[in-house]
Amino acid sequence: MNPIVNGIPISFILGLAGILFSIGVLGVLIRRNIVIIFMSVELILNSVNLVFVTFSKALSHISGETVVFFVMAIAAAEAAVGLALVIAIFRHKKSTNVDELQSMRW
Amino acid sequence: MLEIFPLVVFLPLVGFLFNGFLKGRIPHRMAGAIGTLAVFIPFLITLGAFNEFRPMERTAPHLVPVFDWIVVGSFKSSFGYQIDQLSLYMTLIITGIGSLIHLYSMGYMKGNTSYNRFFAYLNLFIFCMLNLVLSDNLVLTFLGWEGVGLSSYLLIGFDYDKSSAAEAGMKAFILNRIGDVGFILGTGFLFWFGGSLQYLELQTNLSGLGEFSNYANIVALFFFIAAMGKSAQIPLYVWLPDAMAGPTPVSALIHAATMVTAGIFLIARLNFVFLLAPETSLFIACIGATTALFAATIGTLQNDIKKILAYSTVSQLGFMFLAMGSMSYVAGLFHLMTHAFFKALLFLGAGSVIHALHHEQNIKHMGGLFGKIKITSFTFLLGTLAIAGFFPFSGFFSKDLILEKAYTYGAYGTILWTMGIVAAFFTSFYMFRLVFVVFFGKDNTDSHHKVHESPWTMTFPLVILAIGAAIVGFLQTPHFFLHIDTLERYFAPVLSKGYELASLKGSLAEHKSLVRDVELSLAAFSVGIATIGLILAYFLYQRKQNPIVEEHTGFRKILFHKYYIDEIYDLVLVRPFLFVSKGIAFFFDIKILDRFFLNIGLSFGFIANGLRRLQSGFIGDYALYVVIGTFCILVYLLTRGV
Repeated sequence: MNPIVNGIPISFILGLAGILFSIGVLGVLIRRNIVIIFMSVELILNSVNLVFVTFSKALSHISGETVVFFVMAIAAAEAAVGLALVIAIFRHKKSTNVDELQSMRW
Repeated sequence: MLEIFPLVVFLPLVGFLFNGFLKGRIPHRMAGAIGTLAVFIPFLITLGAFNEFRPMERTAPHLVPVFDWIVVGSFKSSFGYQIDQLSLYMTLIITGIGSLIHLYSMGYMKGNTSYNRFFAYLNLFIFCMLNLVLSDNLVLTFLGWEGVGLSSYLLIGFDYDKSSAAEAGMKAFILNRIGDVGFILGTGFLFWFGGSLQYLELQTNLSGLGEFSNYANIVALFFFIAAMGKSAQIPLYVWLPDAMAGPTPVSALIHAATMVTAGIFLIARLNFVFLLAPETSLFIACIGATTALFAATIGTLQNDIKKILAYSTVSQLGFMFLAMGSMSYVAGLFHLMTHAFFKALLFLGAGSVIHALHHEQNIKHMGGLFGKIKITSFTFLLGTLAIAGFFPFSGFFSKDLILEKAYTYGAYGTILWTMGIVAAFFTSFYMFRLVFVVFFGKDNTDSHHKVHESPWTMTFPLVILAIGAAIVGFLQTPHFFLHIDTLERYFAPVLSKGYELASLKGSLAEHKSLVRDVELSLAAFSVGIATIGLILAYFLYQRKQNPIVEEHTGFRKILFHKYYIDEIYDLVLVRPFLFVSKGIAFFFDIKILDRFFLNIGLSFGFIANGLRRLQSGFIGDYALYVVIGTFCILVYLLTRGV
């Protein structure tokens, strides 16, 4: 395995992906605006994509990049459905604050 | 008549169903007539069959298969009836005396609101009893056996709104169940050994089995335990005196003439087993003699007219078992019949007295009735002479035959005979005590009501039974007097096969022969003993010279309280049982079992209650759970090393 990718050590890229992932998770956990939460989810997916691409390059193997395309396709579909839901909820509740959306509990 | 013989069993069933289902819709007179006819017509049919069967010449039984009942593999049980000397004899007694008692009940029960129900029960009883005696296999006999137990329960507890009657019914039922375990076990063993439950097949199969004689004692003992319950022998006798809570005709029919003799019948029917079991037979004889003596002593101090007769019945049944145990089945069956006559007569006579005195049962409140109710008095006196064993009434011949057979029975014959003769003395004593107090002594009756003789429906059966009690003894007389052995020849076909099986030589069943003079002196001795009983009763209760009559101290107190047997049973069996049951019901069940299972349920509820707090509805919370979960899985995988 080649520890250097395009002149950058692999640990740097993995560290960036970890930071991006953490920011994403933190955003999902602490933000109230549902659109921001969506963006944070995208951030998580992108960090994973970054890891996949990095290892694909380092191992000189195509399968990692293939998975990335799948992830991107699914992320696009998810965003389409998710945003449609967000609009529907907003029309109903006049709010995008997730704390006000708790009518589905027991 | 043999072709329509199943009607004998069928008609009482029809009577039961008719009266049972239409009990509210038909008049009393009609219910009584139907109930009586449902027993009387079978009696006529049986008489016809008896003639046609020619019992003195025929040796093979006549089998009447009706239908197959249970067929499983080699096990087969059917509704089939066996007509032979023994079953015809029993059927004649049951239907004959039964129809007289039905007729009597029509008068006795008049005015009772549950008149029709009473007749329905009586017919059910007759139906079950006939199944018991006529069946050709053990299973059907057991059906009848349980059936009479049920009917007895229903009839004892007939006045079910009185708690004493309801309790007496239950007592009879439960004590009988204890005995019936023996019946079931015995039946199982016989099927195991003999491969069949039909009496005839068993008889032939067992004769081929040499080793059966090793087990015969156990099988016989089981059947005797069953007989103990039904026929009220020590230690299961306590239900019979209590059973007097039922109406008097019931006492006469069930507790004197028919059901209680089922044990005797069972032994006679299975004589081929009992003959192979000399040790058990000796045991039966001992129990019989003890019961005869024991119950007779209790009878001497009781004050309830029906209780005296009840203890007398227990005592007489003891005599019958003494005969069965000493392997002289003819003597036992003979006494069964004479006892059916005179005890039914005595019970019905007592019922007539009770009826005349408006349901007074305490003999202390009676007296001087002789002459006021003539037919009842004379017939009762005749019954007393018969039961006390005075020559030439029926009781003399049958009791004397038993005592004679006991005397010649094996090594312990003399002891058994002594116990029997003492019991006979007490019999004479308590019966004449009853007669003197009720019919001759000072008039203690409540004079508000006029004493009246009973209607003809009640006196007619009394007269017929009195004639029977006087003359049926002549069916079998000792050698020194006429030397009639009709009964012995009559029963020979039923019993001889068993005797062949046992091959009497050297066994206990072989009776020593008796010299004519000894026989005569034995008979004279028993009559003498009965006379002494009479005289003693006369001096103690008619002349009233002795103050001990009214005082109950020392042993007399124990006697008066029936040896405290009921109290002992209560203390030793009933109370510990109740204590344990209550412990289980109110401590173990509620405090331990219920608590255990309830708490399992409650704990799930508790856990769920805690878990539901996790479901807050906030998306952020759920996301946090996902993160924490993922983190935990990761930590686990890392520490375990993938």
